[in-house]
Amino acid sequence: MHMAQIIVVTSGKGGVGKTTSSAAIATGLALKGHKTVVVDFDIGLRNLDLIMGCERRVVYDFVNVINGEANLNQTLIKDKRTSNLYILPASQTRDKDALTKEGVGRVLDELRKEFEYIICDSPAGIETGAMMALYFADIAIVTTNPEVSSVRDSDRILGMLQSKSKRAEDGLEPVKEFLLLTRYSPTRVATGEMLSVADVEEILAIPLLGVIPESQAVLKASNSGIPVIVDQESDAGQAYSDSVARLLGEDVAMRFVTEEKKGFLKRIFGS
Amino acid sequence: MSLLDYFKTKKTPSTAVTAKERLQIIVAHQRGERDVPDYFPAMKQEIIEVIRKYVQIDSDQVTVQLDQNDDHLSVLELNVTLPEK
Ligand SMILES: Nc1ncnc2c1ncn2[C@@H]1O[C@H](COP(=O)(O)OP(=O)(O)OP(=O)(O)O)[C@@H](O)[C@H]1O
Ligand SMILES: [Mg+2]
Repeated sequence: MHMAQIIVVTSGKGGVGKTTSSAAIATGLALKGHKTVVVDFDIGLRNLDLIMGCERRVVYDFVNVINGEANLNQTLIKDKRTSNLYILPASQTRDKDALTKEGVGRVLDELRKEFEYIICDSPAGIETGAMMALYFADIAIVTTNPEVSSVRDSDRILGMLQSKSKRAEDGLEPVKEFLLLTRYSPTRVATGEMLSVADVEEILAIPLLGVIPESQAVLKASNSGIPVIVDQESDAGQAYSDSVARLLGEDVAMRFVTEEKKGFLKRIFGS
Repeated sequence: MSLLDYFKTKKTPSTAVTAKERLQIIVAHQRGERDVPDYFPAMKQEIIEVIRKYVQIDSDQVTVQLDQNDDHLSVLELNVTLPEK
């Protein structure tokens, strides 16, 4: 008997890298041999299927399963590249009210029987969709950019995890919260233009899962529909791998958090 | 960063420091409002109105905060900035 873990990738603020991170982390867990499903909670605005490169294979979606119009076997998409990995796409036509606590709970219970990890890609905001994505979570990966509005929204989400999640309502052990700092630019931190890892850690006061650098590899990956973690040549790909290892309890040193050493001449004359 | 940039950034105070200071205040305020009892916003409004009977103040000159020190003790903290005479 395994204990399935429900992991929500959440942020409050939009566009900080939740979908990029959900795809990368789910793929990373599957690459490590864990049977994983990644669920798109962004009803009406799905794009996890694009990042995973399976948009043309979507037949049924999450809302169809909730409404009993299709079963999970018909709806889950098996990843072509990575074994152990499945995608549950969101509906493109419905709105967020199609998700009910009862319906979502029922689908997650069914997924729990099959999978070790259930990654929930949350929509932005703090309304129904985001609430549904975090309600059943055991672990929350709070995706944050080093920016005032993103950090504030992350703090609001932490408040919701601590009061509105099922674990909070049932008086169980609280949701385990981790900080994933994305789009980080060590160079801009060095020039005092960007909040540092230490600044954000101090303000949010939750354990750091990883730091993902601002990287051109992310756009390349999304252009081709291949999660960036597959690109192990890239800084972002490696940073996501490190984060997955930490999630699994491995002790891995942080990389890509300090400015790359430049040659003396380059430093004087600029790049 | 070039030599020129180096001197430029040294002159102006770092915006990251400003960002951090702002966030510390925002987050402290946000956490103060977390888990407050349902009656709290209405009570806060009434307190403001009572003060207004005597002194002309704006709502942002009053902060009412509930601090949960431990399981047994909550402190209601009221701060009013009175207008200068
Ligand atoms: N580390 C990174 N480096 C560069 N660009 C990034 C990085 N992470 C994400 N992005 C870019 O930021 C944009 C938003 O990313 P993504 O869609 O993952 O965010 P999101 O939080 O899921 O957004 P939404 O709130 O709309 O669901 C995308 O264009 C993505 O390519
Ligand atoms: Mg998204």
